[in-house]
Amino acid sequence: MDFAPSFALVAPELLLIGAGLALLLVAAWAGDKAARGIAIAAAAALFGAGIMLVPGLHFGTDGPATLAFGGLFKVDAFAMFAKALIYLAAIGALMVAPSFFTSAAAGSERVMRAEYPVLVLFAAVGMSIMVSANDFMTLYLGLELNSLSAYVLAAILRRDVRSGEAGLKYFVLGALASGILLYGISLLYGFTGGTGFAAVRAGLTGEMGTGALFGVIFVLSGLAFKISAVPFHMWTPDVYEGAPTPVTAFFATAPKVAAVALTARVTFEVFGAQVAAWQQIVMFTAFASIIFGALGAIGQENLKRLLAYSSINNIGFILLGLAVANQDGASAMLVYLFIYVAMSLGSFVALLMLRDEDGALFETFADIRGLSVTRPAIAWALLLFMFSLAGIPPLLGFYSKFVVFQATVEAGLIAFGAIAIAASVIGAFYYIKFVKVMFFDEPAGVVTGKSPAGHWALLGLTALIISPLGYLLTPSLTDLADKAAASLFLAV
Amino acid sequence: MEGLPILSLMMLVPLAGAAACLFAGANAARWIALGATLVTFVLGIALWSNYQIGGPQWQFTEKAALFAGFSWALGIDGIALMLTMLSVFLMPICILASWQSVQKRVGEYMAAFLFMEVLMIGTFAAQDLFLFYVFFEAGLIPMYLIIGVWGGDNRIYASYKFFLYTLLGSVLMLIAMFWMVAEAGTSDIPTLMQYGFPAGAQTWLWLAFFASFAVKVPMWPMHTWLPDAHVQAPTAGSVILAGVLLKLGGYGFIRFSLPMFPEASAQFAWLVFILSMIAVVYTSLVALVQSDMKKLIAYSSVAHMAIVTVGLFAFNVQGLEGAMIVMLSHGLVSGALFLCVGVIYDRLHTREIARYGGLAINMPYYALFFLLFTMASIGLPGTSGFVGEFLSLAGIYQTSSLVALISTTGIILGAAYMLYLYRRVAFGGQTNEDAAAMPDISAREWVMMAPIAAVVLWMGVYPESFLAPMRADIAVLDARLAAAAPASDAQLAPGAPRAAAANALPHHETGEHASGSHDSAKEGAH
Repeated sequence: MDFAPSFALVAPELLLIGAGLALLLVAAWAGDKAARGIAIAAAAALFGAGIMLVPGLHFGTDGPATLAFGGLFKVDAFAMFAKALIYLAAIGALMVAPSFFTSAAAGSERVMRAEYPVLVLFAAVGMSIMVSANDFMTLYLGLELNSLSAYVLAAILRRDVRSGEAGLKYFVLGALASGILLYGISLLYGFTGGTGFAAVRAGLTGEMGTGALFGVIFVLSGLAFKISAVPFHMWTPDVYEGAPTPVTAFFATAPKVAAVALTARVTFEVFGAQVAAWQQIVMFTAFASIIFGALGAIGQENLKRLLAYSSINNIGFILLGLAVANQDGASAMLVYLFIYVAMSLGSFVALLMLRDEDGALFETFADIRGLSVTRPAIAWALLLFMFSLAGIPPLLGFYSKFVVFQATVEAGLIAFGAIAIAASVIGAFYYIKFVKVMFFDEPAGVVTGKSPAGHWALLGLTALIISPLGYLLTPSLTDLADKAAASLFLAV
Repeated sequence: MEGLPILSLMMLVPLAGAAACLFAGANAARWIALGATLVTFVLGIALWSNYQIGGPQWQFTEKAALFAGFSWALGIDGIALMLTMLSVFLMPICILASWQSVQKRVGEYMAAFLFMEVLMIGTFAAQDLFLFYVFFEAGLIPMYLIIGVWGGDNRIYASYKFFLYTLLGSVLMLIAMFWMVAEAGTSDIPTLMQYGFPAGAQTWLWLAFFASFAVKVPMWPMHTWLPDAHVQAPTAGSVILAGVLLKLGGYGFIRFSLPMFPEASAQFAWLVFILSMIAVVYTSLVALVQSDMKKLIAYSSVAHMAIVTVGLFAFNVQGLEGAMIVMLSHGLVSGALFLCVGVIYDRLHTREIARYGGLAINMPYYALFFLLFTMASIGLPGTSGFVGEFLSLAGIYQTSSLVALISTTGIILGAAYMLYLYRRVAFGGQTNEDAAAMPDISAREWVMMAPIAAVVLWMGVYPESFLAPMRADIAVLDARLAAAAPASDAQLAPGAPRAAAANALPHHETGEHASGSHDSAKEGAH
């Protein structure tokens, strides 16, 4: 077997693995002093890996030439689109980390651990493998590599009780989800006789038995856990609240992209012949996520918990695109993912910039009262993000809802779309509460400290993307998403 | 003006002004805002003077495929022209009205208003369904901030209510838009206005659009956000809300519901009539018992907008023209009335009617303007209100005499609550010392009031200037609606002449002949 073409296909992952291993050695010898340098090197590696994706994204690569390692791994345009987003989000998570870990916000340690960037790198590799998986074994490998890195990341502030709790909760519930997923995979293997996506698909064509249906449901449940869709969402608020904020920003973006892309691939490529079996499940999950994500957020005082519910709510809209079960829906989902990553990353960066003189973070509504007077720039940026998350035009968040609902209606699911969009109004309530607290309430009188230039750059960039100017991006974004979605359906 | 994208320019000027205001100091922001709105107003005059009456239906069109899914398509007809003019005319006045009363975060305030102006012009000029939605819906953001940051004591509740009510109404319209675009294969509004949607689907589409526009207009019972929002908003915010934002609902009916779904419009005309009749009577009665001036005017807005909806769904030229004139007139008059309230609110910081009295003694010029706008609100001949209400009611009378009868009570009740308000505020003795000590209107307030007063009289005496640009468009709309128009209840039919003179003596008549002559006599009586 000639491995050269396969290695050429996985070049971005190889680069990341190589960089990860090398930086791990640096971390071991140079210690935490080198953490900032390692973070920069890791970001550069991610950027380099991202550059390698550009040609494939542009030409919309698909077909048999994208298969590596005897069909275990698939590097089509869809995978590349997801990888590009994952790498960008990971770079964002690296950029905001150093100033957080070296400030009072990180508790008593006040030092950035050198493992942090390495773990982010390995998590990115894991996610890369997830979205490129073409076999349930590859899928599981990628998922676990990502998850194990993520558990450690959540608990990286070792002396912080909340961080430890978040890590433990994430680990226990994540292990449960992996178990459910594995059980589903084993059922599918038992009833179809293969673990490769093509083999399972072939086995599921035609009449489907109850055992295989259970397999489908277990696999989907395991994946729903990873994307934190209702009813498997309960870990999200706790983990988001407890994990250090840069890690939360990471969790809210890159792993979401990877898990959603993986779910899309599994549902379309593997269960594509049994749409009737999973469409209702996905519709229910989508609708329940929108409702619970909105209702759960209403009573929250902690901003990170609120954003956790907001991510559940957004996952609901992303799943709408999946529930449509056609190429337009998949394309809409990818557009939504891109815009969602920009909005979430921006919101978390803004949260990271809200600190007092010592650098401790503000985390509740009471802390950000009257922010528009004390820190107008951050308040206006947050205003943009909140209205964008609520889907109010002319911000780009509207466009993401626009494409998803357009796909829903064009596929004939009109009543479903109408109910879902009406439910989105509930979500608007807490987003505008955010604005109300910042703009309408009297200032809390807390002096806020300075933020590093990297934060400002990231905040400015994400704000620019979701501002009305972002609409100028939509033709090229739609083009890329269409190519990516087409590659997903070509395989069928 | 060939080639010059004047509509885009009209949106660019306030947008640039808004950006500049955000970074400018308080005083600079005021002047920038005034300058930007005045430049836009001048551009608006250029727009009107270059509008060819009797020319192509859509003028000043621009189209650029900038976005995926929809395009930047602008263009106006006479209806949109008039409403755009109303917006750009009221904006500088709003800025002047906020000159002194807004002292906190002036730059952001002015930016919000200028952004609002961009969106209003965009809503009226959009020729793409989704572009329209973007502008229509985006207005929520600045208005939410205007009410919430610079509003009264209960501003938070009012701003939430305004935001969520309007949003819930609009999202269903978006779903309907998706369906329409998928069905017709285009999001171009002029094309969709001629497209024949299946009658069964029209019902649902009409209801979805109705959910949005009925909240915006607002129609009873979806009107409850309006008194809250009006009362809590700062003066200029109320002027814009009453003057232009309510008109978006009426504009929506005339641009979308009627031409795109004529059958469904006819089918649901009874619903509109019932809601409007209730609104006219009910909100007028509620207005009678208000002790808060702004609330009174807010309720009167609901009643006046009900006359608009009645006129729109009369399905004839008079009704449509009347509805448009009522919209323009109400935009000016209710805006001016809110300014009148704002003038005395700035002096005494209360909206309680009982705290004033006898203002005609110490503020004669103020009392004069207030009287003029009160009369215009009642619909006194010679003012704009009369023209609009007369046409609207004449239109509906052709369709249903009962609806006309009940709607006309709105005029009487309107006279009751407006005159009662005026008596309590301007006439009578000077019971409150501080109210008696208030100075008359300043030069700035003269500049705000006088132009509106002039236009109100202009529209009242020579409405042709305003009707002429819209005539062709309304004729087109009427032709489109003709096939679906519901039957009139009047059943006007020329009677047959009597066989014999009325005073002819019944000489040799059979019973049959007698009953025949009886019938014809009945018809003649009609």
